[in-house]
Amino acid sequence: MTSETLAHTSFFKAKSGIMSWLFTLDHKRIGIMYLYGIVAFFLVGATLGLLMRYELLNPGKDFIEPHTYNQIFTLHGVIMIFLFIIPSIPAVFGNFFLPLLLGTDDVAFPKLNLISFWLYVLGAFFALATLVFGDGPADTGWTFYAPYSVKTGTNVSMSVLAAFILGFSSILTGLNFIVTIHRLRTPGMGFNQMPLFVWSLYATSWIQLLATPVIGITLLMIIAERAFGIGLFDPSIGGDPILYQHMFWIYSHPAVYIMALPAMGIVSEILPTFSQRTIFGYKAIAYSSMAIAFIGYFVWGHHMFTSGMSGPAAYIFSILTFLVAIPTSIKVFNWVSTLYKGSIVIEVPLLFMLAFIFNFLIGGLTGLALGALAADVHLHDTYFVVGHFHYVMFGGTGFAFFGALHYWFPKIWGRMYNKTRAYIAFTILFIGFNMLYFPMLILGIQGMPRRYYDYLPEFTSLNQISTVGSWITVTGLVMMIVNLMVSANNGKRASNNPWNGITLEWQTKSPPPLHNFDEMPKIPERGPYDYPDAKRG
Amino acid sequence: MTIRMQKEVKEMEDWSVGVMVKKQNTEHQTLNIKNMNHAFTLPNSGHNFDAKASKMGMWLFLYTELLLFGGLFLVYMVYRSMYPDEFLLASFNLDVWMGTLNTVILLTSSMTIAMSITALQKGNKKLSIQLMWITIAAALGFLIIKYFEWGAKFEHGLFPGMDHFGTLPTGERLYFYLYFFMTGLHGLHVIIGAIFIVFVIFGVKKGTVTPERYSLLENSGLYWHLVDLIWIYLFPLFYLIH
Repeated sequence: MTSETLAHTSFFKAKSGIMSWLFTLDHKRIGIMYLYGIVAFFLVGATLGLLMRYELLNPGKDFIEPHTYNQIFTLHGVIMIFLFIIPSIPAVFGNFFLPLLLGTDDVAFPKLNLISFWLYVLGAFFALATLVFGDGPADTGWTFYAPYSVKTGTNVSMSVLAAFILGFSSILTGLNFIVTIHRLRTPGMGFNQMPLFVWSLYATSWIQLLATPVIGITLLMIIAERAFGIGLFDPSIGGDPILYQHMFWIYSHPAVYIMALPAMGIVSEILPTFSQRTIFGYKAIAYSSMAIAFIGYFVWGHHMFTSGMSGPAAYIFSILTFLVAIPTSIKVFNWVSTLYKGSIVIEVPLLFMLAFIFNFLIGGLTGLALGALAADVHLHDTYFVVGHFHYVMFGGTGFAFFGALHYWFPKIWGRMYNKTRAYIAFTILFIGFNMLYFPMLILGIQGMPRRYYDYLPEFTSLNQISTVGSWITVTGLVMMIVNLMVSANNGKRASNNPWNGITLEWQTKSPPPLHNFDEMPKIPERGPYDYPDAKRG
Repeated sequence: MTIRMQKEVKEMEDWSVGVMVKKQNTEHQTLNIKNMNHAFTLPNSGHNFDAKASKMGMWLFLYTELLLFGGLFLVYMVYRSMYPDEFLLASFNLDVWMGTLNTVILLTSSMTIAMSITALQKGNKKLSIQLMWITIAAALGFLIIKYFEWGAKFEHGLFPGMDHFGTLPTGERLYFYLYFFMTGLHGLHVIIGAIFIVFVIFGVKKGTVTPERYSLLENSGLYWHLVDLIWIYLFPLFYLIH
């Protein structure tokens, strides 16, 4: 393809000017804008994490005041959860690739999609505006637990408002995706012919739609408490703080699956491509996504075992928590079976996926330890919890996000990244990541509590290993991002289908034209991963 | 031909009309001019008019609204089971007749908006617009009565933070917290619904909402029914406690 025809067809070149980006209705451009925003906020959040780790290099105060430390970990949590990890895969890759995977030219409601994006920007503005306005960012932790969140002098209202707006953005994205999946599949593609990433987005969208309103109303109640002295959660004027915790986790636990399910979809997409064989257990993976979404609604109580709840309630929440492990391990077994006897091609995206499976396994198993009633009493609010959810969120979803970025990079920019640098960056990142978070699991078992700027001297060596790990992690991240940024402009031209993928996005040009497809995409005869040359049996 | 078959045929016609009608999206038109040999359009384009999709989107949005209020109903349930007697005492401060009148007004307005949809489907634009104005008048009537109700509570010092309010027992205070929060949020929805209907009126006048493309009106009607539905639950929970 000459560069002249590229100029006419690529969605990057179809229109020019800043306005053609900011008010575009094209799902691909909106996805790209989300990508830049999300990566920028990820770097802000990572910087805050780096500051915290640096403070924890030695016991006692290094350079951050205790109160400032509280604000830093709260802002780190708010940014990483609401601005990075919840929108990460659905808003970036969902927006960009959902219509391509379905063989259509946009989402069902392009204007609503743009509104979602602008709500995201508005929410991000409020989250960061707390740095400037009022008495500084919230110091409550990202959970905004009452009654402290009602009483503290810091700018909780604005942080909460930010979370509310971002929730709205998330709801509208989910709504858009569900209708898109129902209405815009290419002729001949039934639900069981959809790629698995689409299935995982479908499950995610339902959670976004049905869980987010509950946190919305809860956060509104917090704002009302602070503004009008309404005492729904503050015990000193009649409210019940435990009720707040229930309301909060009714959303925030399903939200964990908003973060994890799309990542699982990414793995199910990348593994067949680099094994060049059909996915093992297509329906099991697809339906287990829905099962996780469904069971995920009923396990929120496991965040509150130490807050006080009746014995039977605690047993039930614990058992249901263990149930989630079943569909999750179904997926893991199917992924590993997909690799078995496949024609494996080792490329960076595949390495990210293998790292995902490794990290997610540690994250998932430590989660079971926390879901067990007796163990949780000891481990609750220790660094074990911090290690556990970073293994799931960063080691799982974060790695899937970066893996997806490497996988679809040639499709988005029409160029290939420097593979050698990508290998090196991945290796550094993987080593740094495990060095950063594994010590936390041990520290937690030894009893180091989370959310303190200080610790006892006997925890020093493990904390120092972890802090050095944070430097290595950031080195890897910076190398990876710089490599991708440089390659997006100067990389070698990539073909339309460099990985020999079989899903519909590989049938169009790289980068895709504005209309996505210049001719009718052809769906594979026997399911979405029907590789013609693959060994069967 | 049965009614169901007629409906299906009509849907198929809508679909094919949507495919053939040139898209309104300027972005795509620009490209068509620039790239003249681009003639291919996907049949399942996201830029087609798809009445079913917009209706589905509206229903999904209504689920989120129900869950938004669902959170409040949950809080109400918890506190009412904790303080049943105090909730009963506090409810005597409300005026059942005003509440009943508002219920009648909202139910009637739900009927008028439903009639407006039928009127437009039958091609009677003028009647449809008149019925929408009646719906909006009902919304205003509802808000005016609500204003007087809230005003009376303010006079009696029953708003959180006022003197008399501070002397009430916990359960009664929680009742009024919830009363103001839930009816306030519902009132906000009445205002949003009314504004939505005003937009539809302009749409009908401008010709973007037509007897063939009435899904915007239908959606505003759905939204209005939701506002009505939530009130039907709020009314007994606050006014009719026994």
